[in-house]
Amino acid sequence: MLFAPELVLLIGSLVLFGLCLGEEKGNLAKFAALVLAVVAAIASLATLNMSGSLFYEAYRIDLFSQLFKLAISVGLIAVLMFSTESKGISVRMRAEYYLFMILSTLGLVMMVSSVELLSLFIALELSSYSLYLMVPMRNDQKGLKVQMEAAIKYVLFGVVATGTMLYGMSFIFGMTGTTYLNELVPRMHSLVASPTTLLAIALFMAGFFYKLAVFPFHFWVPDVYQGAANATTAFIASIPKLGAVAILIRITTLVAPTGGEAVVTMLMILAVCSMFYGNLSALVQKDIKRMLGFSGISHAGFVLLGLLTLKETGYATSMYYITGYVFMNLACFLVICKVSQKGENLCIDDLSGLYKRAPLLALTLLVGMMALAGIPPFVGFMGKFMLLTGALRAGHLTLVILAALNTAIAIYYYLSVVRVAFCSAPEERPDVPVDLMTRCVSISLIAVIIFMGVAPKQIVEIAATAVRTIL
Amino acid sequence: MDFLIMNEGFPLLSTLVFLPLAGAFILLFLPGENVQRLWAMIVTSVTAGISLSLYSGFDSATAKYQFGEHISWIPSLNINYTLGIDGISLLLVLLTTLIMPLCVLGSWTYIKVRVKEFMICLLIMETAMLGVFMALDFVLFYVLWEAMLIPMYLLIGVWGGPRKIYASIKFFLYTLAGSVMLLVAIIALYLKTGSFSIPVMMGQDYSSTFQIWVFLAFFLAFAIKVPMFPFHTWLPAAHVEAPTAGSVILASILLKMGTYGFLRFCLPITPLATLSLGPYVLWLSVAAILYGGFTALAQSDMKKLIAYSSVGHMGFVTLGIFFLNRQGLEGAILQMINHGVTTGALFLCVGMMYERTHSREIADHSGIAQNLPIFVSFLTIFSLSSLAFPATNSFVGEFLVLAGAFSVNKIVAGAAIPGAILAAAYMMRLLQHVLFRGPGRPDIADLNIREIVTLAPLLCFVFWIGLAPEPFLSVMHTSVDNLIQQVNVARTAQVAMLLAP
Repeated sequence: MLFAPELVLLIGSLVLFGLCLGEEKGNLAKFAALVLAVVAAIASLATLNMSGSLFYEAYRIDLFSQLFKLAISVGLIAVLMFSTESKGISVRMRAEYYLFMILSTLGLVMMVSSVELLSLFIALELSSYSLYLMVPMRNDQKGLKVQMEAAIKYVLFGVVATGTMLYGMSFIFGMTGTTYLNELVPRMHSLVASPTTLLAIALFMAGFFYKLAVFPFHFWVPDVYQGAANATTAFIASIPKLGAVAILIRITTLVAPTGGEAVVTMLMILAVCSMFYGNLSALVQKDIKRMLGFSGISHAGFVLLGLLTLKETGYATSMYYITGYVFMNLACFLVICKVSQKGENLCIDDLSGLYKRAPLLALTLLVGMMALAGIPPFVGFMGKFMLLTGALRAGHLTLVILAALNTAIAIYYYLSVVRVAFCSAPEERPDVPVDLMTRCVSISLIAVIIFMGVAPKQIVEIAATAVRTIL
Repeated sequence: MDFLIMNEGFPLLSTLVFLPLAGAFILLFLPGENVQRLWAMIVTSVTAGISLSLYSGFDSATAKYQFGEHISWIPSLNINYTLGIDGISLLLVLLTTLIMPLCVLGSWTYIKVRVKEFMICLLIMETAMLGVFMALDFVLFYVLWEAMLIPMYLLIGVWGGPRKIYASIKFFLYTLAGSVMLLVAIIALYLKTGSFSIPVMMGQDYSSTFQIWVFLAFFLAFAIKVPMFPFHTWLPAAHVEAPTAGSVILASILLKMGTYGFLRFCLPITPLATLSLGPYVLWLSVAAILYGGFTALAQSDMKKLIAYSSVGHMGFVTLGIFFLNRQGLEGAILQMINHGVTTGALFLCVGMMYERTHSREIADHSGIAQNLPIFVSFLTIFSLSSLAFPATNSFVGEFLVLAGAFSVNKIVAGAAIPGAILAAAYMMRLLQHVLFRGPGRPDIADLNIREIVTLAPLLCFVFWIGLAPEPFLSVMHTSVDNLIQQVNVARTAQVAMLLAP
């Protein structure tokens, strides 16, 4: 029972593998994937309050891990529901595409429960390699092979980041003689003053900075976002980030709360660089997926604001923020997937007059963009507000002012998307048909974004309880 | 919670805040443009009707916040949903609720496309604006303060004039950029006091350096909203491009939020900084008065003229606030109401002409007095009110502000006087062109009943406040005295510190 969500996904991926063997069972595979995602979400919900260990203590089930599993499966449901037409994925590969999507999710779900370095590594690789394969599955429309370029970049950067992480792990093992996190924590705390610890932690974190797209591990982001199919990008841009934040919280607890000013300084520098780099680069983007990619880098910087407080509330806020980010991001990608007719990339101008062509999509875009920009009453504001409060409480005034300035910079590019959608004429661009399922997903996403922003009390409390279970 | 008189029984303030929002939600499902217009009219009128009971139930003998409501919102950060009004916010709440039905009425035929969405934006705006004036929790205030940017952006950006894109983006960016530092200041205050409650933050013993920084963050946000010279450049663009209802909301209510922010936050929370930086703000106000006047004199576009006149009028308001005496403050608050009434009415007048002639140029309306006697009568009275003609509302307000000014600093007060003359000059120039010059426009019709009904209530207020201001002033005496008291405590403490050996 403890292993239920993973088991569902594992069996499901076997089923999908079976489907791959036949010919062109894309629709069936899609349906199977959706059912799997729903069942996985139900399984995570059912095991939410359970706790226990599996596989010789290498794998722990607690509120923290189950919450992330729930968020991951809900995100997967949303992605699968609004990408139903599988535009942009060649028909031959659809079954495999969904197989790898489920496998990647399985990897992430395993990752948030892993409390031993090697199982963590295996889970991370399972999720990454599936993603590497999903990127080049895009339908090559113009013969430019951008998806190949994107995939190669993704693999190369990924491998380097993983190598760095393994190097860091080897240091940690060398210093402490164990790979189990619960044994590591006290030993690391006693070693926290030594420079080797800092080096080990920094290298270890690199692997997850890569997933979260924190500067300077962000180089893959714009090209992969642009090169991958819209639905693939929606997946890459949101769901793996949940896993990355979960593990970064675990790693940060290795140095917290006893010391680690050096780690805090490092996180601070990375946060500021990510925010400025992401926001300033996003200002000049024409391709909307690239823009969202750069915006993702700046949001990754914001998430670090919660981690670097080294406090329980800070971690809880980071959890809240990244969950909110996933939903805001999915709202934007839903619109991209729907407006793009054959799965081609969208320029910002392609959204012209969207409020006439598809009012609901325009509203979803408005809510998503304004939430990303941090305008109340959406979740983006509440998350940002709590992160800033936490950081200022920890005494990082300069950091808070720089982050606040970034909010002001960021508004410009989010607003320019909204401007195109609401204030420009459609100019003979066709209406966008919106089916019932998409309508439901958009309305639910809007509702979640507003609800999380207006009533964050319960969510933050649950997140705080979850964080307490791993400390 | 001794600052708050809790409301027993019916939650009046929450009803006022959420009624328009609920109305907007129901409006989503209503078919037919006329039904939608009528529904918006009903919702805003009912809100206005309910709000009148605030005045009758208001106790002007206490400076505490009344009709209080308090619900825990985010306990982990001590954020609460706290509402309450005092003598400073009461009139602004009433102004908001009473202006909104007129906005709906004024856009009855002006808005022809996407009526439903337009009315939804108006109703959401009303919720946010009322909430801003009632909020006693800083986070609640900030949420509503920023949340209104989105509907206002859409009002300008979707239904606006030819340069709507430029105007709406400028409006949004300016306001947002101004308020990010406000957020940092709010968090800093929270960390000092442990609470986001606005009354708790007042009268605390912050160091003067801290106060200066907080004051500057406040000032940037509020001065952009007012807008004070030199932060005013978004205003003419936004005013000119916005649809009539948008201009009215901007002029009558949104601008007041800036000055309301000064009164509610700057003075009581950072009194030391107010005392030391106030003189600079006075000179900025004088600059705004003169600059607004001179620029208005040079405009050929009626909306631009009124927009620049707003800069000057709001200069008088900030002038009154930062002299920190009773006459000045009461004059400033009354002038906020007056500006809302008069400028709102002038924008409605211009909107009515724009519907007929599709032009806002003064030259296109020359000599219409021959053809549109009713319209011109309204325009004349509102213009006279705008230049503070005796017996109209602005006279009382401006007189109080200047009376307060001369009792403190004759040089600053003297410097502001030419502003009053400039106001007469640009308004007379407008009237002269519209009334007497040129051939007239036989092709356009005079006001219809709906338009007369839209303007008539504002006309009543022009004379009511102008001839008998006491009902409006009496509710604010105690709250204003309390505000001055809060600043004076800091002043005495400062003097005592200087005298200490």
